[in-house]
Amino acid sequence: MGAMIEVENLTKWYGNTLALDQATFGVEEGQIVGFLGPNGAGKSTTLRILTGFLPATSGQARVNGRDVLLESLAVRSSIGYMPENVPLYPEMRVEEYLAFRAGLKDVPAAKRRAAVDRVVERCWLKTVRRRLIGQLSKGYRQRVGLAESLVSDPPVLILDEPTIGLDPTQIEETNKLIVSLGGKHTVLLSSHILPQVEKACSHLVIIADGQIKAADRLDELKRRLAHRQQVVMELRTADTGDGPAEVGRAFGQVAGAGDVRTEGAGGGWLRAVVTPAADADLRQALCAVVAHRGWQLREVHRLAPTIEELYARIVAGEADVGKEAA
Amino acid sequence: MAKVLLLTRREISSYFVSPIAYVAMALFLVISGIFFALADFRPGAPAAMRSIFDIMMFILIFILPMVTMRSLSEEQRSGTIEVLLTAPVTDIDVVVAKFLGSWIFYLAMLAPTLVYVVLLAAFGNPEYGPVASGYLGLVLLGALYVSVGLFASSLTQNQVIAAVTAFVILIVLAMLGPWIATVVPSRVWIIGVRTLVQQATVRTHYQDFSQGVVDLVHVIYFVALTAYTLFLTVKVLESRRWR
Repeated sequence: MGAMIEVENLTKWYGNTLALDQATFGVEEGQIVGFLGPNGAGKSTTLRILTGFLPATSGQARVNGRDVLLESLAVRSSIGYMPENVPLYPEMRVEEYLAFRAGLKDVPAAKRRAAVDRVVERCWLKTVRRRLIGQLSKGYRQRVGLAESLVSDPPVLILDEPTIGLDPTQIEETNKLIVSLGGKHTVLLSSHILPQVEKACSHLVIIADGQIKAADRLDELKRRLAHRQQVVMELRTADTGDGPAEVGRAFGQVAGAGDVRTEGAGGGWLRAVVTPAADADLRQALCAVVAHRGWQLREVHRLAPTIEELYARIVAGEADVGKEAA
Repeated sequence: MAKVLLLTRREISSYFVSPIAYVAMALFLVISGIFFALADFRPGAPAAMRSIFDIMMFILIFILPMVTMRSLSEEQRSGTIEVLLTAPVTDIDVVVAKFLGSWIFYLAMLAPTLVYVVLLAAFGNPEYGPVASGYLGLVLLGALYVSVGLFASSLTQNQVIAAVTAFVILIVLAMLGPWIATVVPSRVWIIGVRTLVQQATVRTHYQDFSQGVVDLVHVIYFVALTAYTLFLTVKVLESRRWR
């Protein structure tokens, strides 16, 4: 397994605006990598530099071992690229367009038909293959774009928001398709839909303000976040006469506890959510407090970090979550 | 080369499904037909196409920008330029194919005017030499106009701006020489400038063709200026890399 995409200190200025600041990350062969970040963080800029559409101001990028600037044509023939919003020629028919693109991407004339048939099948375009692209719905156009990026069977796929504008079923199907591409193809996909990324990708690269905030395995990033897991407890204090304020005060005094929130859980039960101030598992200490006070306890669990939480904390720049990754 | 052909074929087929191309074609044939009927196809007039060849130089200044305005502007507006230029094709391939596509469409537009030759032959006895040289002039003139239109279209994503820009460049390029001769006083140092401008002007080099003269200098003028304009167009496309 070699590095398929290597980005080193990539910097891009648009006039006086810094779009990309010393970005460095790598993607290994066969990985499916999610490229996340807020709007305007530099995602599309990075993808455009990788595909040779824009040059970087400084820094280097290599795809399949070749420099994107010096060996641009070789790089472009090893990439299937689907830009944001999937620009297509509305006056062409689906199969005509795919055959045209296959030709541009060096698929030999004799194999073009088979290549088109293959992607038409794969991207569920059979029923519309003779339709004009301009008459297709957004979902179908999206699939035509995906089919186009696959038509030359390139080793690297770069997809800029592949599921934007699709309905939930289509998102699910596209997701399955992308997952099935892993192993054989290296996929770098940008997205805003976090659950989708979580399902499809094994690795994440997170970018904000032009800087790479984190680049690592998804489970590794989650593990790093896990030491800040909140503890949720449901307890009943009515028998001892303690109110919610007293619970908050007692839990707040536990060593390592940070913020404590309490709320009613119905039927006289109280739900307390304790956020640790630092790396600590507070469950045992909290249970000791409950036992000591003679409160009743019916539930204790830790909140597993969600990808939304992960994303929000990394983008917000929590150093301890993202930084080890670089 | 195979890719240039592939791209050219796409360009041509996109012309034939584009309403504006048909409008331009119809307009061209109607206007040139009227001028042919009024100027050349008259009882007693010599069986020649001199007038219509001269007039075409002006008609095409209006018509060809309509044909080329879409070429690169629309790709930029719709974003397909990104898909096009991230395919393994060079910027030169793209510009050459765009040029060939528009030029071939122009030739297809010009082809029906061969009917005029048939009409002249039916009612008179035309000399075919000047007709042939006149068409050669039109073929070269069209190449230059198309390349200017393409250049204008590479500058903007707005088709109307592309057409107007091409129109202005072509008017200046075609008419500056004759105009400057009437306006500029004949002082010695200015005569050099005047000659230079006249030599750069389309009309100076085009007129001989319609009179039956094929001068290599004129052919070189059209070919070189077309090639230079296409070179500039490639540079505009490349400029996204340093803008």
